[in-house]
Amino acid sequence: MKLTICWLYGKTMNIYGDRGNVLALLQRCHWRGIDCEAVQVGIGEPLEAGHYDIYFWGGGQDREQIPVSADIRGPKGDFLRAEIEDGAPVLAVCGGYQLLGQRYHPHEGDDLPGLGVFDAWTNAGRDRFIGNIVVDSEEFGPLVGFENHSGRTFLGPTARPLGRVRTGHGNNGVDKTEGCRYRNSIGCYLHGALLPKNPALADFLIRAALQRRYGTADLPPIDDRLETAARLSAIQRAAATTPASRGWRR
Amino acid sequence: MDPRLAAAVNVSKLSASAIRRLGRGGGTAIPGIIANVIDPGTLDKLSRQVAAGCLVVAGTNGKTTTARMLAGILEGAGLGVIHNRSGSNLVRGISAAFAGESSIGGQPRGDIAVIEADEAAFPEVVRRTKPRLILLLNLFRDQLDRYGELDSIASSWRETLQSLSPSQTVLVNADDPVLAALAGTTNARVITFGFDEHRHVLDVLPHAADSGSCSNCGAALRYSRLFLSHLGEYCCPNCGFGRPRLDFAARDIELRGLDSSRAVVDTPDGPVAVSVGVPGLYNVYNALAAAAAALTIGLSQSVTATGLAAFRSAFGRIERVDFQGRRLVLVLIKNPVGFNEVLRMLAMSGNGDTTPTLFVINDLDADGRDISWLWDADVEVLAGMPAPFSTAGIRSADMAVRLKYAGVPTDRITPLGDLEGGLGAFVDSLPPGGTGFILPTYTAMLELRRILSARGVVPAFWQQ
Repeated sequence: MKLTICWLYGKTMNIYGDRGNVLALLQRCHWRGIDCEAVQVGIGEPLEAGHYDIYFWGGGQDREQIPVSADIRGPKGDFLRAEIEDGAPVLAVCGGYQLLGQRYHPHEGDDLPGLGVFDAWTNAGRDRFIGNIVVDSEEFGPLVGFENHSGRTFLGPTARPLGRVRTGHGNNGVDKTEGCRYRNSIGCYLHGALLPKNPALADFLIRAALQRRYGTADLPPIDDRLETAARLSAIQRAAATTPASRGWRR
Repeated sequence: MDPRLAAAVNVSKLSASAIRRLGRGGGTAIPGIIANVIDPGTLDKLSRQVAAGCLVVAGTNGKTTTARMLAGILEGAGLGVIHNRSGSNLVRGISAAFAGESSIGGQPRGDIAVIEADEAAFPEVVRRTKPRLILLLNLFRDQLDRYGELDSIASSWRETLQSLSPSQTVLVNADDPVLAALAGTTNARVITFGFDEHRHVLDVLPHAADSGSCSNCGAALRYSRLFLSHLGEYCCPNCGFGRPRLDFAARDIELRGLDSSRAVVDTPDGPVAVSVGVPGLYNVYNALAAAAAALTIGLSQSVTATGLAAFRSAFGRIERVDFQGRRLVLVLIKNPVGFNEVLRMLAMSGNGDTTPTLFVINDLDADGRDISWLWDADVEVLAGMPAPFSTAGIRSADMAVRLKYAGVPTDRITPLGDLEGGLGAFVDSLPPGGTGFILPTYTAMLELRRILSARGVVPAFWQQ
């Protein structure tokens, strides 16, 4: 069996250790004897039909999102949208997440249209949300990461969040939601990198890919004690570094 | 004046300063891209105007260090040097470096250029800059996902070398059999360097060495002396291919702990003693390469030796402590770039293969609260090493996971928790008289010093 990861815009949108997500997918396949390779598809480069099993799309700076937003207008965006509708697993972090929504409204200039896969939109905010974040997801359990974004993402009536913020800011710092889910697509603000410390998410993507390509989702377990320890330590670290608990300690 | 070139230079310079003002890094990639969009010939035109020509440094390991050493020697000789010293070694980064060092009319300010070139970008860089000298250091297996097979780099380099003219010089590390074979195919003048060393030799070809086989016929090479990875004195028992005669040969190499190294270099004009303030045999190769390049383009022995002696390492000082009958080597890691340098040193140092290593990762304000940079460093170079790895500090568990996903088997990863207890366990795991590497982040280094001082290590040591 072989899976191919499509690493979208890895050269322009790859920030805060996002490539760790690709490493996690590669290794968790490799440890189970599944061949896996990652191919980068950048601005102006076409997507090949029937070629990819998992899509990863990382974060970037505002200025990097402009050419990417232009690139997904037209056939490339149509292809991605069709793949997502067809159940292709997608992980999009930060900037990639924002461009899976309907639009991104920057500080200055025109709105950047997104793919509209998520019923969500993002406005540029004044301050950045920076810090450790813990999200409780009914589907995946507690998820840990590090958020670093100025965008405020709001979910529309048909959107389903990835989870609820336990510690940190999440989508917009107001409604306690974080991320968005649609079919086998996940969008969120969690850097860190996300997948190595949250292997349930990584295995969800791999399992969905196997199901779609081979009609089987048999995934032998991996000894995840190091990952679990790191997740627990990150949860405690998040609790210790939030402003509220710092004040309490004083 | 070429108005298109001038526009490319100016917009590139403006964007570089704008990016720097925004605090978004050194601003090398975007300005280079912009320059090449406005005038695709930016690099060709600017490099052609450099009076004393361009020197291109290429190789898997040591190109940044060697290029910096060479640029330092040239500056010490009073020359104005254009140099992509930020390590942006693709065409766009090199274009940006030239634009940044040019007048608004598109005239370069330097007398000579030292260009560090990425392996994949090497053919294009050579084609555009028409260097007077090409310095080839080594070819190791590195970032295979990016470059494909070692052989595909070698064949793209071969085409490049075959396109050179006799007025150009290729200065090649003859201890690398792949490079020596490549250099045999060029029309350029070939000058060689290597080690004529008897003390610092390896017993067997390291497991990860890339080219134990002959580039001409594929037979296993026979090494009479092996210095580092696959670098040594070799010959092919089948076809007779062997290490070429050395024009510049380093001998009597003295590795003065982790502070500096000395060697005598035999040159066509007689021997010269060199000393350089960085540790490791691989840095002796870098120093030898830089010295050979400087001497080849006509600098004097004394200017060359003085320039090398002034060289300082790119990363923070290495500290050594004798503690409870063991030697601890402390190396600060603070960002992925510095971390990569240290990882390379571990992966390439002779004893690094088996020396136990403790990573101490904190996430306090002075370290950076976001530890995702661990994922931007190439920890993968450690995967093949048989050394045991331990982790400690506030983010001990994160580092353990990073090692696991780098491909280190989990039975060689020991998460030790907080530094105070972890240090004790780590030191106990070292044999008496043995050495251990400790790689702390900034606040972990401070904490480590505090703990060691409290346990009787003389505080004055830190000021040495």
